[in-house]
Amino acid sequence: MVSRRTLLKSAAGAGVVSAAASLLPAWARSASAGNKGIFELAGSSFDLTVGHSAVEIGGRAGHAITVNGTLPGPLIRFREGETVTLRVRNMLDEDTSIHWHGLLVPFHMDGVPGVSFPGIKAGETFTYEFAVPQSGTYWYHSHSGLQEQAGHYGPLIIDPAGADPIKSDRDYVLVLSDWSFEHPHKVFARLKKNSEVYNFQQRTAIDFVKDARRNGLKSTIADRAMWGQMRMSATDISDATAAIYTYLINGHATADNWTAIFNPGERVRLRIINASAMTIFNFRIPGLPMTVVAADGLAVQPVETDEFQIGVAETYDVLVAPERLRAFALVAEAIDRYGQVVATLAPEAGLVATAPLLRARPILTHRDMGMAMDHGGMDHGAMDHGSMDHAAMAGDPVQQHDHKRGAGVDMVAMEPANRLDEPGLGLESVPHRALRYAQLRSLTRNPDLRKPEREMEIHLTGNMERYMWSFDGVKFSAVEKPIIFHEGERLRVTLVNDTMMTHPIHLHGMFFDLVVDESDFKPRKHTVNVKPGDKLSFDVTADHVGDWAFHCHLLFHMHAGMMQVVSVMPRGVAAAPTDAGADAAGHDGMDHGPAPKPAQKAKAKPMDHGAMGHGDHR
Amino acid sequence: MSDIRSIVLGIAATVAAAATLAPARLNAQEPRAVEPGAQAAAYYDPAALAASRRALQREHGGQTSYFLLADRLEYQSNEGAPTLLFDGQGWWGTDRNKLRVKSEIEYDFSADRFEEAELQALWSRPISRYFDVQAGVRHDFQDGAERTFGVLGVQGLAPYWFELDAAIFVSGDGDVAARIEAEYDLLITQRLIVQPRAELNFAVQSVEDAGIGGGLSTAEIGLRLRYEIDRQFAPYIGANWARSFGETADFARADGDEVGAVSLVAGVRLWF
Repeated sequence: MVSRRTLLKSAAGAGVVSAAASLLPAWARSASAGNKGIFELAGSSFDLTVGHSAVEIGGRAGHAITVNGTLPGPLIRFREGETVTLRVRNMLDEDTSIHWHGLLVPFHMDGVPGVSFPGIKAGETFTYEFAVPQSGTYWYHSHSGLQEQAGHYGPLIIDPAGADPIKSDRDYVLVLSDWSFEHPHKVFARLKKNSEVYNFQQRTAIDFVKDARRNGLKSTIADRAMWGQMRMSATDISDATAAIYTYLINGHATADNWTAIFNPGERVRLRIINASAMTIFNFRIPGLPMTVVAADGLAVQPVETDEFQIGVAETYDVLVAPERLRAFALVAEAIDRYGQVVATLAPEAGLVATAPLLRARPILTHRDMGMAMDHGGMDHGAMDHGSMDHAAMAGDPVQQHDHKRGAGVDMVAMEPANRLDEPGLGLESVPHRALRYAQLRSLTRNPDLRKPEREMEIHLTGNMERYMWSFDGVKFSAVEKPIIFHEGERLRVTLVNDTMMTHPIHLHGMFFDLVVDESDFKPRKHTVNVKPGDKLSFDVTADHVGDWAFHCHLLFHMHAGMMQVVSVMPRGVAAAPTDAGADAAGHDGMDHGPAPKPAQKAKAKPMDHGAMGHGDHR
Repeated sequence: MSDIRSIVLGIAATVAAAATLAPARLNAQEPRAVEPGAQAAAYYDPAALAASRRALQREHGGQTSYFLLADRLEYQSNEGAPTLLFDGQGWWGTDRNKLRVKSEIEYDFSADRFEEAELQALWSRPISRYFDVQAGVRHDFQDGAERTFGVLGVQGLAPYWFELDAAIFVSGDGDVAARIEAEYDLLITQRLIVQPRAELNFAVQSVEDAGIGGGLSTAEIGLRLRYEIDRQFAPYIGANWARSFGETADFARADGDEVGAVSLVAGVRLWF
């Protein structure tokens, strides 16, 4: 074991040296040379170096910020329950950090500058040390600035302490990502100036003529007028698109033809990680059904499907058993279908799978606006949400919106619907099976079966035109108080998507049980795709004291303000009675019993815990 | 070396935290507080943590950005009296507060003089989802008509995707004028775009020196077809019709100028 560790250490060192010398990085070795895609570091002690690297993407030279000189960074692999030490050396001339995505680490090891620690300064080395009570497929990435977009991410696998319940003959990691040759800050700045700068799939006059022929002139005019009246675009699916991105699988563009090898009859495990900055993908292997066995690292009851939408930061483990001697295409298509990346799954190296054609772009509907389906005859003039008085619509079970409005909120969902039983934008009508969250069931019983004692509703808000994004209409830059959870309490958090975009929402530090039904086997996740006009809930047990980041994992949305901090306050601390005396969930003592009023909207009105002692940090 | 230092510091911080934690729980008088959102202060230098929090918040929604647009940089045939027109604007600031600069400059080649040279400096702030209110000053630099105005206006996106810009100008002499501009982008393809454009100028009273009469003084209607080689760089061709009305037209006739003209235009639209 010791010798193996030493070997790995020197290998890591060699990685750094090779990057400095601009040699071919480890991942670029051919598939026939046994390349599993990504350089692997295993053990319990790791040395990681964050630095600048020259990379070659699809034959073009680029500049990346990398971990140990490769893009993606090395596969970090250790065993469940082991204490691991990860020394991260910052060779950049700016602060950096590594966040261990999905890992239940103590909060001060979570790697979010400004929340869990002050960050890693240029030239310094920070040592992370933790043991985690979990296994599965995860990843890591920078939480500093826009470094993640520049290449600072990599896969992480925790092998189970006992036998792996998922048996396979081969095991491949597929890290999906979006690469831009442009500096990420430039890309963001452009979106701020013109949020449609990268959208080359807008509806045109030619589309109007086509639609008028198909659907009739009157209904086409009514449709365009409705969208125009709202100043919304039916093609606002992604803000940063293939116009700026080259999509990658394990750091390889389609032209690089990354290849995974199988022998017919073998069970192949694919661990798909969406490490993109801004791209939600549709993943499929035409001609090969997939059995989903894990989601966000945790095992689920096997469910067979042909395609799934994977939000940024989500992971899925699937098993495939190709019988035929042929090359299969591993296809990751961007949600807006303006681009895709294809890799090959083949019985031998050198084969190139046939890339399918891009499918027709999806068009947003009433449902994506958070409106019920049957509003054919409704007066669209009444949809001016900004000035509309919801109370005036007495009798209608309309969604409440007591969050901040203003310039940063261009619309609110009037009648949001739970869309967990839908496969995701554009996959409703594919001629094969597409995975729905509602199909997922945890393999093991949920660890906390208590009913939620407190509820809170959080709205995902934004203004596409101004490119402002926020929770409850307040950008993180304007947030004054965090969202408060109390240690040990069981909460139901409801997310209402008031925007027309899909947002992958990530809560650090805690898995949440996605409320697909009231069973004891709800799927447990760290990131959930909230569809446009969606209203979904998750139950979460606040069992990890500390401050945790909570944000949209679309990097530029987070950067624009769609972020908050969830502060899990330690149990047994006396909260001084304060300004927050009106808090419905008043935790004014040692006892954190059920909140008196499961408010429709308990707006995380934090109390001043100034006089409290410190709780147990494990 | 720095490795060792950070490890030592890490250990020291952990020991320190452990040392202060235990008594804190036993003794309510212990001043150490758990502040929601700053819990990591128990593990790291509170000042460094607070500084990184400030940077984090500023970076997540509080950024400053800028925009520079040459909406019309064009040659106008103007029926034998060709002119060069620049109509541009820019902004710098946050989502909430922006400095907005607008400029319109018209150079007459045959007369070798600036027909118009206007610069506005405005403070801009959102008043609704799609509109900003703007206030500031405008100065006209052209020879013989140098004047300064106070400006109050609104600019934004109206329903059905019309870009609107409307302002009232009050000169140092108390003369009041108003201008409204509207533009619409009609996409023929993803890059070929037709842009109809209209501009109306009004004045409350006559200002003979400036050749402006009361009421509707001038109107302009244009149609431009541009091709976005890149979203930021688009050459175009088009036609522009301009005309003065009422007293303004009378002043023009008295000066021997045309009251209306149709121009063929060619130019480039670009932004940074």
